[in-house]
Amino acid sequence: MSTNDRTSLSRRSLLKASAAGASVLAAPHFFIKGAYAAEYCNMPTGDTVTLGFNVPQTGPYADEGLDELKAFQLAVKHLNGEGDGGALNTFKPSNLKGNGILGKKVAYVSGDTQTKSDAARASAKRMIEKDGALMISGGSSSGVAVAVQSLCQETGVIFMAGLTHSNDTTGKDKRRYGFRHFFNAYMSGQALGPILAQEYGKDRKAYHLTADYTWGWTQEESIKDATEKLGWETVQTVRTPLGAGDFSQYLTPVLNSGADVLILNHYGSDMVNSLRQAVQFGMREKQVNGKDFQIVVPLYSELMAMGAGEAVKGILGTANWNWQLDNDGTKAFAKSFGQEYGQPPSQAAQTCYAQTILYANACETAGEFTPPAVIKALEGFEFEGLGNGKTLYRAEDHQCFKPVLVVKGKENPSNQFDILEVVEVVPTEQVTYDPSIFGGELGPYEVQGC
Amino acid sequence: MDALILQILNGLDKGAAYALIALGLTLVFGTLGVVNFAHGALFMLGAFCAVTMQKLLTLSTRVRDESITFFEAYKEVPYLESWLGDTGRIIIDYSVPLSILLTIPVMLLVGVVMERGLIRHFYKRSHAEQILVTFGLAIVLQEIIKAIFGANPVPVPAPPAVAGSASIGEWFGLGPAISYPWWRLVYLGFSLVILAAVFAFLQLTTFGMTVRAGMRDRETVGLLGIDIEKRFIIVFALAAIVAGLAGAMYAPILAPNYHLGMDFLVISFVVVVVGGMGSLGGAVAAGFLLGILQSFASMTEVKSILPGIDQIIIYLVAVVILLVRPRGLMGRSGIMET
Repeated sequence: MSTNDRTSLSRRSLLKASAAGASVLAAPHFFIKGAYAAEYCNMPTGDTVTLGFNVPQTGPYADEGLDELKAFQLAVKHLNGEGDGGALNTFKPSNLKGNGILGKKVAYVSGDTQTKSDAARASAKRMIEKDGALMISGGSSSGVAVAVQSLCQETGVIFMAGLTHSNDTTGKDKRRYGFRHFFNAYMSGQALGPILAQEYGKDRKAYHLTADYTWGWTQEESIKDATEKLGWETVQTVRTPLGAGDFSQYLTPVLNSGADVLILNHYGSDMVNSLRQAVQFGMREKQVNGKDFQIVVPLYSELMAMGAGEAVKGILGTANWNWQLDNDGTKAFAKSFGQEYGQPPSQAAQTCYAQTILYANACETAGEFTPPAVIKALEGFEFEGLGNGKTLYRAEDHQCFKPVLVVKGKENPSNQFDILEVVEVVPTEQVTYDPSIFGGELGPYEVQGC
Repeated sequence: MDALILQILNGLDKGAAYALIALGLTLVFGTLGVVNFAHGALFMLGAFCAVTMQKLLTLSTRVRDESITFFEAYKEVPYLESWLGDTGRIIIDYSVPLSILLTIPVMLLVGVVMERGLIRHFYKRSHAEQILVTFGLAIVLQEIIKAIFGANPVPVPAPPAVAGSASIGEWFGLGPAISYPWWRLVYLGFSLVILAAVFAFLQLTTFGMTVRAGMRDRETVGLLGIDIEKRFIIVFALAAIVAGLAGAMYAPILAPNYHLGMDFLVISFVVVVVGGMGSLGGAVAAGFLLGILQSFASMTEVKSILPGIDQIIIYLVAVVILLVRPRGLMGRSGIMET
């Protein structure tokens, strides 16, 4: 009897013990998390530091994504003291030593955002949780950037946005852990508006075709505001699904709308398709209201322009940067990139390169990897020598302020990469705005972490 | 009025592509009784035949580009251009029409291999199994193309002579406002020729008659001593060629990418269902009808009343047609009803 009792007791205690053991094993995710919050996410312990590069490798923005990845790889090389150092030689004020970041060698992992917000979040989550990425960068879509940025805020990982042009990224969806070097739609409107009025006159009727997501909406709004202030009339704005392919049914109504300017708020392969098709429809030879019909592409990309071939010649737009700019930072970076990959870098590549360098420099300045210290080192940081001239990382919204380029498809290119010419470098003052106009809150420095 | 004419042309153009895909789909269904989800992939393969032709013609040697000084840049000069000069350049310009010469044998081969190698083993299996296996095949084909050509769309230009737009308004005295891309007109004409050829083949030849008889009553045709299966291989290959040609000629309109087939497949199935399963005339009529309706639904006047209608119009029409005429526009009884 007593033996039986003992046996049943020991079985019960075994069960209890294993239940307790299981709950202890399961606990770290739910209960113990808070205890380590002060340690921050993925602080490097060994002799390497891992950065996560999350770019579209498939989908409508894949061309940009692959170019971004090349730039990231080059930045890692330069940070580790390999290669010719590129724009590290011209960047100032710099605390970089060419021996990695804070003496730790830089390694990286990459992921495919597929140009989809959910896939991008999943990919960033994997890099943070599985690969131990200390910082996430990349993106070629504002929808993706906004989604990943909010994930990074939750997990306490700094997000250095790649190519994202929506006002929302550093406007209503801005985050303490998110930083953007690239310019935005509002700046494009402010820079492009006066040039449009100067080239095409103040009495124009515009028709917008807009990619139906955050970037398209804010660009449409910004360009509409800027052109209407100059006296233009907006005849119609039409939303088109991302990746629509054949835009013919959206293009034909333009011809009969009375509009004499078509504004294409498209990017990547959407842009290539809609612009080529607009040209096939003979829009560039048309006369409407006694004026030559014009097409405007507010956000230009060299990669897109190469895909669109002849169609881009003479078409106005804006860009964050161009490899043919005449400054030391541009020359150093374009040379280094050209030698490495046999082609000049795109503006997507330049912004990603700059973001990686800026992050590394902020860690060196802070002397530590803890995100709040790195964030404070980036906020209000003024620098030059990365290709855009004097640039400020504004503390209030984590947006970079620098001159904006108005560009035009070159009529007589001197080589296969000579696609855009810079019409005007619009000074920073003209594109600077009050951070409060877009609303949004940066949020706290201290978050619960991953 | 001008807008209406242009949207009708747009609709006819889209409809032509839908009709060509749906024609093959319903032909295979009517004869072989197979629901072929890999049919969209055949359209995509055709488009990549045009890409391949362009790549073949522009096989290039790398020449140092002296205009770039700060790094070693190379430009690609096609062999054809360096060997034949201007003639070479003209041949390259016409790569899309020339790709027809490549598309026909390639698609014939793909069709025969697909039918003999896989599909024939599924003739007597359930429709669900046929759908699963052909859908799997479509994914395999898609991934092969992705592995070879990458995930990005590959722009293929139309010949320069037909790259601009035609002022059709002036031809018919309707004013200069109506102009339409030449290549899209070429595509429409090409599609009509192909459709006419397929119908003539089925209606006017003994072979076609046997196939039509087989579609009606396979068993009786077999009892008459005709090996209908052998003819069906040819039917399958014919469907593959039609889809392939539709894809190859579509390449200048829409830069081909690896999931082009899936984009067209769903719509083509709706076309087949609306037209009536197994009805060739129905597929063609429904193809053009849905193409035109889709274009009209994208008009700003329509979209301002019903936002988003351009995205769902096709399915809405399918629902209405199936409620009113469950067998589709020209469907016969006894198909997929047993």
